[in-house]
Amino acid sequence: MKNALLAAPVCVLATAVGAEALARDLVWGGKLPLTRGVTSIEGGTGAGLATWALIGGNATEDGVGVSAFYTVIPLSDYDFTAYGMAVGLYDRVELSYAHQEFDTGSTGTLLGIGEGFTFEQDIFGVKVRLIGDALYDQDRWLPQIAVGVQYKQAEHGALISALGGEDDSGLDVYVSATKILLDRSLVLNATVRATDANQFGLLGFGGDQQGDRTAQVELSGAYMLSDRLLVGAEYRTRPDNLGFAAEDDGYDVFAAYAVTDNLTLVAGYVELGSIATFDDQNGAYLSLQIGF
Amino acid sequence: MRALTLCAAIALTSLSAVASAQEEEPVAPYVQSDANAGAQPISDPEVLAAFNGRDGIRRIANRTVDLALADPQLGPIFRPFDMVRLRRTLNEHFCYLLGGGCTYTGRDMTTSHADMGVQTRDFNLLVRHLRTAMEEEDVPFAMQNRFLAVLAPMHRDVVAR
Repeated sequence: MKNALLAAPVCVLATAVGAEALARDLVWGGKLPLTRGVTSIEGGTGAGLATWALIGGNATEDGVGVSAFYTVIPLSDYDFTAYGMAVGLYDRVELSYAHQEFDTGSTGTLLGIGEGFTFEQDIFGVKVRLIGDALYDQDRWLPQIAVGVQYKQAEHGALISALGGEDDSGLDVYVSATKILLDRSLVLNATVRATDANQFGLLGFGGDQQGDRTAQVELSGAYMLSDRLLVGAEYRTRPDNLGFAAEDDGYDVFAAYAVTDNLTLVAGYVELGSIATFDDQNGAYLSLQIGF
Repeated sequence: MRALTLCAAIALTSLSAVASAQEEEPVAPYVQSDANAGAQPISDPEVLAAFNGRDGIRRIANRTVDLALADPQLGPIFRPFDMVRLRRTLNEHFCYLLGGGCTYTGRDMTTSHADMGVQTRDFNLLVRHLRTAMEEEDVPFAMQNRFLAVLAPMHRDVVAR
């Protein structure tokens, strides 16, 4: 099942990219500032917690672009770090990779897993834009719609099992719709994600309370203050699979500033609720992103 | 006699050069219609006021052309075409779409861009120059977006497929 789900987008990728590449010479860059979005904590284009339908990198439909990011979220009792990169192919397909680290610090001692114990996972993403253009289709209500998968491989499988997790790897499947309402200076996004990930996958996949994937939503709204400055808020629902610790919905507010066409800084505030029995996990969201 | 002929020829050439700097080159006949503008005008008078009326619009249209001609990427795309005509029709286009009460006498977006080979990168570069021109005219960002929202769908007809 997992292989079939992964193979489908790869076939679409090969067809879309093959046809486009033959037709034109490669053109580097060309997107307007911020229209490549920013990189979410899972490595694909989005904002902070949410994944969007936009394709990463600065390239248009005539070229190939790349982006890289480094994000830190110092929470109340933990430190979250994510970094990775994405490749945008012809504004059609996005391949992404992210590595996430969740450092329990001194909280690790209280949890009985040792000071500084760090949960980690790798996330490999493929996103394909199906229809619509978030920016140019200003005369239509149709948003830009993309589908994607994120294959997540967590470390510390034995501990995940002991905590009640069913698996140390999982596959998220999502549909995302992004619309820029230019005449109102608004950017809106809604994503529906089928996932069994516990704390994004850092605590494994599935659990003693709920084993299967469930449908979760990610909603984002942002306002353009200039063509380089975007402020917004996001809400993301999450599964609650593990019996030993409740998992809450997350939300954030953020500002993204395109310092240059190639450098974007994101600063915000995130609340993730209870994580591994420690309640009210919140903190700053800081991200540095480059794109070409 | 030969010298005279040569002088006359040079004079004529110079004269026609001067003339071509002011007059438009002929284009293939087409039906003039506001429908060629490719969008309905914005009727909100606040938008027109934000662009400082017809005078502001003319400055913005001219400045956008100046910036495009000076741009190393866009200059070579624009230069082969009739800039006298472009300045006039672009001003009419902007004025019509912004509710300035002008008549648009140019060709439709598909026809007028058919031989330009415009790619999305070029379209976006022109948007940047238009943003600069609007900034210089002190058009507020949200009002700039009202206008760009009308222009954005023209990407479909302007960009070569």
